[in-house]
Amino acid sequence: MPTPNQLMIYIVPGKCDFCGCCVGVCPEDAIELMESKISIIEERCTNCKKCVWACPWEVIEFHRDGVAHLPKELSSLPNVRA
Amino acid sequence: MKPKYDVIVVGAGPAGSTAARSVASGGASVLVLEKDRDVGYPVRCGEAVSHEGVVQFIDPDPRWIASTVTRFKLVAPNGKEVVPRLDGTGYVLERRMFDYELAKLAARAGADIITKAYVYDLLRNGNEVVGVRTLIDDRKIDISGAIIVAADGVESRVGKWIGIDTTCHIRDMESCAQMTISGIEIDEDILEFYFGDDVAPGGYLWVFPKGRESANVGIGINVQSAKNRSAIRFLTDFVEKKYPKAAVLTRIAGGVPCARTCDTIVKENVMLVGDAARQVNPLSGGGIISGMIGGMIAGEVAVEALQKKDLSHLNEYERRWHRRLGWRHEVFYRIKEAIGEFSDETLNKIADSALKLPQNKQTLGGIFRTALWNQPSLLIDVAKVFIS
Repeated sequence: MPTPNQLMIYIVPGKCDFCGCCVGVCPEDAIELMESKISIIEERCTNCKKCVWACPWEVIEFHRDGVAHLPKELSSLPNVRA
Repeated sequence: MKPKYDVIVVGAGPAGSTAARSVASGGASVLVLEKDRDVGYPVRCGEAVSHEGVVQFIDPDPRWIASTVTRFKLVAPNGKEVVPRLDGTGYVLERRMFDYELAKLAARAGADIITKAYVYDLLRNGNEVVGVRTLIDDRKIDISGAIIVAADGVESRVGKWIGIDTTCHIRDMESCAQMTISGIEIDEDILEFYFGDDVAPGGYLWVFPKGRESANVGIGINVQSAKNRSAIRFLTDFVEKKYPKAAVLTRIAGGVPCARTCDTIVKENVMLVGDAARQVNPLSGGGIISGMIGGMIAGEVAVEALQKKDLSHLNEYERRWHRRLGWRHEVFYRIKEAIGEFSDETLNKIADSALKLPQNKQTLGGIFRTALWNQPSLLIDVAKVFIS
């Protein structure tokens, strides 16, 4: 079971196109988007899922059990997760 | 780069560059900060504009025009095609070159521009905003500015930092994907729009010619209508079916805020322009020219405020924007809401009725009148456009 306030929003590593659609619908200003880097600001995210719905690229997923156990970053090699 | 500017513009898209050009032309110092490495790239845009829109700012130049178009084709859910007569010309741009040109015009007027410069916060002195905090080449650098213009696009955060709610409601965010494809047969003269729940729920799919044998094929969907299918899936299905042999030169994602203008677009010494202010035409999703108009007005008002030494004058920007375009977008928004209710069956009916019109009545106006028969409440909104 996820603990309260546990992050359930997961950005699949290496898949994002950095378009900003998710940031535009985020009511909590909880997504940091740079030129080719994206991350959820955990303390602000309320798991509202709007970013998951808005993403045109199927990059953002909702994980009911929390995302702590999922890989966070991608190494420089394709298909190799850090 | 100077340590202090009159105006700092965040974002070097068409709205940001136009704002900067307008500030610099008015004799004030201005810095443009672009988070990406290049101005104008990556291109997240269908790239269609009207001739009338462009010439307000820049003379058309073949270097940034991929195709010149004179016709629309509207394709109903049942496949019936309506080609209304149009008076006027449009262009499909090479945004990469176009945005470059706009940035060059700003630079020529005296603006400084820095790319790969990420703004991560506003710089404050107590409660007062006195500039921006940036990450340039991985170094944290604070830059002072008397006025901040937020042209930071659909993903705008600057507005939120000053306390403006820029969040786009999910029902108004068109979730978009586009492929630039080549090796296809295409009529270079025509913009195509496809409608229907199977093609593009709550939005439309576009095929815009991009020079010879190439096109931007893109889609915007309303995710509330799309039942968990993403924009890229709808687009891939369409392209595989319609252009199975095409080479895909670019695939890109995007979001278009088809909303009303933000309730507030000026707060203290911060002004929002372009997609950041939700200055997109909410009916068509077109935002290049309207963003540039917003940028131009913001720049002019910033210069006036500096001359008057009175930052409360910045509120004039909001008034001028609404007088110029904001009120129209309000009406377009209501029309969008009404059309959004149309079922595929209604759209088919409209196409059938339009095709029965005599050739010379097959104009956008004629088709719209046909649509009105199906949704008379639209009349009230349309009447407002013409009365005001």
